[in-house]
Amino acid sequence: MNEIAVKCDGLVKTFEDTGALRRLNLLVRKGEIMALIGPSGCGKTTLLRLITGVIPPDSGSISIGGDLVAGPGLVVPPEMRRVGMVFQNYALFPHLSVAANVAYGLQGPGRDDDVRAMLQLVRLSEHANRMPNELSGGEQQRVALARALGPQPDVLLLDEPFSNLDSEQRVQVRNEVRAILRMSGTTAIFVTHYQEEALFMGDRVAVQSQGKIEQVGTPDDVFGNPATRFVAAFMGETDFLPGEVQPEGVKTEIGMLQTNNEVRIGTHVDVAVRADDVHITPDPSSNAIVLTREFRGMVNVYRVRLPSGRFVHSLQRHTMQIAPATPVRVVMDPGHPLTCFPGTTP
Amino acid sequence: MFDSTYMARRYSGRVISRIGSWWVSGSGILWVAGSLVAIALLIPVVYLLLRALGAGDAAWEELISVRTARILGRTIWLAFSVTLCCGFLAVPLAWLTVRSDLPMRRMWAVLTPLPLVVPSYVGAYLMISVLGPRGLLQHWLEPLGVQRLPDIYGFPGAFLVLTMLSYPYVLLSTRAALLRMNPAMEEAARNLGSGPWGTFWRVILPQLRPSLVAGGLLVTLYVLRDFGAVSLMRYSTFTRAIFLQYQSSFDRTMAAILALVLVLIAMTILAVDVRTRGRASYHGGDVGSVGSAVTVRLGLWRWPSFCFCFAVVTLALVMPAGVLFLWLVRGISAGVDLSSLWVSALNSLLTSGAAAGLALVAAIPVAVLSVRYVGRASSILERVSYAAFALPGMVVALALVFFGANYARPLYQTMALLLFGYVILFLPEVVGALRASLLQLSPSLEHAARTLGRGPLDVFRTITLPITWPGMAAGVVLVFLTAMKELPVTLILSPLGFRTLSTSVWSAVSEAFFARAAAPALLLIILSSLPMAMLVMRERERIYE
Repeated sequence: MNEIAVKCDGLVKTFEDTGALRRLNLLVRKGEIMALIGPSGCGKTTLLRLITGVIPPDSGSISIGGDLVAGPGLVVPPEMRRVGMVFQNYALFPHLSVAANVAYGLQGPGRDDDVRAMLQLVRLSEHANRMPNELSGGEQQRVALARALGPQPDVLLLDEPFSNLDSEQRVQVRNEVRAILRMSGTTAIFVTHYQEEALFMGDRVAVQSQGKIEQVGTPDDVFGNPATRFVAAFMGETDFLPGEVQPEGVKTEIGMLQTNNEVRIGTHVDVAVRADDVHITPDPSSNAIVLTREFRGMVNVYRVRLPSGRFVHSLQRHTMQIAPATPVRVVMDPGHPLTCFPGTTP
Repeated sequence: MFDSTYMARRYSGRVISRIGSWWVSGSGILWVAGSLVAIALLIPVVYLLLRALGAGDAAWEELISVRTARILGRTIWLAFSVTLCCGFLAVPLAWLTVRSDLPMRRMWAVLTPLPLVVPSYVGAYLMISVLGPRGLLQHWLEPLGVQRLPDIYGFPGAFLVLTMLSYPYVLLSTRAALLRMNPAMEEAARNLGSGPWGTFWRVILPQLRPSLVAGGLLVTLYVLRDFGAVSLMRYSTFTRAIFLQYQSSFDRTMAAILALVLVLIAMTILAVDVRTRGRASYHGGDVGSVGSAVTVRLGLWRWPSFCFCFAVVTLALVMPAGVLFLWLVRGISAGVDLSSLWVSALNSLLTSGAAAGLALVAAIPVAVLSVRYVGRASSILERVSYAAFALPGMVVALALVFFGANYARPLYQTMALLLFGYVILFLPEVVGALRASLLQLSPSLEHAARTLGRGPLDVFRTITLPITWPGMAAGVVLVFLTAMKELPVTLILSPLGFRTLSTSVWSAVSEAFFARAAAPALLLIILSSLPMAMLVMRERERIYE
C-alpha cells in the first residue's frame, strides 16, 4: 500500500509570467487520491503538464510507477507515460461519439468489451451513440472520466474537473467521481482551488504556493495543524492575533489561548484564529465592536474590531443577529489547541 | 561531469521548453518544412533588393529622379482620392442600409457590396467600352453630331473605376461596426439632450473611426497593388510604370528600383493597418448587444437617399452588368469563336487548382508552428508568410522573372515558375484560414489524445484534421477563386502562348476587341462571386447558431 505511484523531485520550471515551479517535491502513494490545492498562478497546472509530459522540466526529475519519465537528458513523450488526464473543459473529441471517445485510448481485441465496461462504470451505457454536444455537463464529465480511465493509467490527473458545473451538480458529481475512483482503485492527483473540495476529495491534501508544496497531510491534519502561515490562511478564514507565551498559555488581548506548538516562554507569537473559534455576545461595557455583518445564508460572519484596532471574524448561526456598531464581548471557545507562528510584531 | 550527449539532450530539452511546445517529438519535420517555406518566400524579395543595390550610383540617381517622383505623386494622389471618395460613398450607404427607414433597405443592403466581385481590369474594360473612343456612348451620340467625348483615359478613368470597385471594402467594415455598436450608447446620448445629427457626429462617427480607417487602408492597398485598371486606363502608377519598364528596356534595374519603392509604401500601409486593426478589435470587445437599435426615420430625406443608393448601384453594378450582357450578345451574334474560351477556362482551373493545393501544403507547417509552438521563431515564420500581403502581384512577377532568367534558367517560362508566383502571392490567405481554424481547436483536445497513448502524427490525423478541415477547405477554395482572376503574375510568368481567362480579357481589351472579352469576363465575375456567396452563407449559419 505504501508503494510510490508518482515521485516529483526538485522540479524547476521557469516561466516569464506566472505558474513557475521552484524545486517542487511531491510523493503520491499508489491507490490514494491526492488533492492538490493552491491559489491561481501557483503552478498547479504547470505541475500537471510536467507529469503528463507535454512540457519538459528545466531541472529535476519525475518517476511514474517506479520508472523515470523526465530527468536529466530524458523526456518520455506523453503517449508512453501511462498517465490519464481529465481536463477542466473535458476536451471531449467533438467529432466522435461517446463510445468512440472512450475507445480512442483502447486497443486490442477486447476493445468493445472494455468500452462497454467503462460506460457501465460511469452509468452512460444508453448514451454510447450520442455526440458529446448532446450531453449535459455532468454527463460530459463522466465520459471524460471513462475515457481517461479506460487505458488503466498508473495515475489519473484531474485538473479542476468540477469548475464548469453549477454548484448543485458539483456536489453530486464529485460524490460520483470519488466513488468511481475508489471502485477502480485508481491513483489520482486532483487539482482544485476550492478548500472544501480538496478536503472532501483527498485522502491526503497537498497545499501549493509560489511553485512549492507548503504542506502535505491528511485533510484533518492540514486543516487543524497548518505548517505555515500561508496554509493557515488559505485553508480557512484565519486572523492572526499577536500574543506573548506564558506558562499557562499564550496571552492575547482576548484572553489566554492554548497552543499545540512548542514555544519558549517569553517569546512573541501570532496565534491563528478561525472564525468558528470566536464567539461574541452583546456587552455594552466591552471595547470591541461589530463593524459589519456578512449574511451567508445558514451563518452570519461578523467582522469585529478589537480595542487594539485589530480585526477578528466570528461565525455565528443565522438566528444570532447583531447590528453593526454594537459593542460585543469576544470569547475564544475553540475546544482544541490553536496553532501559532513566530510573531511578526514585537 | 557532463558528457557531450548529456549536454546535447539538455540543450534540446531547453529549446523545446522555451518554445512552449507540447509536441515534444515530431516537431523537427515541421520546423524544417516551415523554414524551407520561409526561405522560398524570401528569395524573390531578397533578389530584387540585391539587384537594385547592385546597380550602385545609377540606382540612387534613378530613385531621386523627377520621373520616379512623378510616378510616386500619381500613385499617392490616386490612392488618396480613391480612398477619400470611397469613405464619402460608404459611410452614408452603411448608415442608410443599417439604421434608417430607407425604401427597399434590404435590397440595397444586398446590392451595394456586390461590385467587390468585379476584377479591376473587367471594370476598366466595361468603363472604356462605354465611355471610351469607339465606345457605346459615342456610338449612340454620333447621330447627334458628337464626334469626341471627354477623354476617359488617365486619372479620371482610373479614379472612377477603382472607386466604384473598392468602396465596398469601407462599406462592409463600416456596416459591421454599426451592427456591433451598442445602441444603449446612442440612446444615452439622446437622453442627454443631443439631437440626431449631434449624436451621429459626436457618438456614432467616433466609434466608427477604427473600422473606417481599417476599410480605408484596404482600399489604399487595393489601389497600390492594382495593375489591371490603371494599365487599361493608361495612368502610370508604380505597377504600370514597372510593367512598361520591364517590357521596353534591356536594363531592368530601373524596374527593380521602382518595385522596391512600391513594396516600401505597401509595407508602411500594412504596418498602419496592423496597428489600427489591433485597436479596432479592442473597441469591439466592450460590446454587449443590448436589444436592437431604433430605426431612424428619414422623413423628407427618404427619397433623396433612395436616389443616392440607386445612382451608386446603377453606376457600379447595373451599368457594367448591362454593358457586359450587350457585348456578349453582340459577340455571339457576330460569331465570336468560343472554343478558345474553353481552353483558357480549363487552363485557369488547372493552374488555380494546383496553386491552391501547393499553397495549402506550404501553409500547414507555418500555421501549425505559429499556433501550437508559440514563440519568437514561429512568429518570425508567420510574419514572413504575411509579408506577401505587401507584395503586389506585379512585384512578385518581376522578381521571379529576374530570378528565373538569371539563376533558374530551366524554370524560366515554365508552369513551375507561374505556380511559385501564385503560392507566394496567396500563401498569406491560406495561412490565415488555417490559423483561424486551428485556433478554434482547444489544445487540450490534442493534449488529451496524447495522454491516451497516440503519437503526434496520429493525433494530427485522427483529431486535428477531422475537426479543422472545413475551415481549411474554405481557405483553399478562396485562394483557388482568387487565383483565377489574378492578372499581372499570370501575364508575366505564363509560358509562351498559355492563355487563361484573365489574360484573354486583358489581350482582347488591349486590342479593343470588346465583344471578344465579354465571355471570359462574365465567367470570371461568376467565379469571383462564389467566395462572396460562401462567406455570406457562413455568416448566416453563424447567426442561426
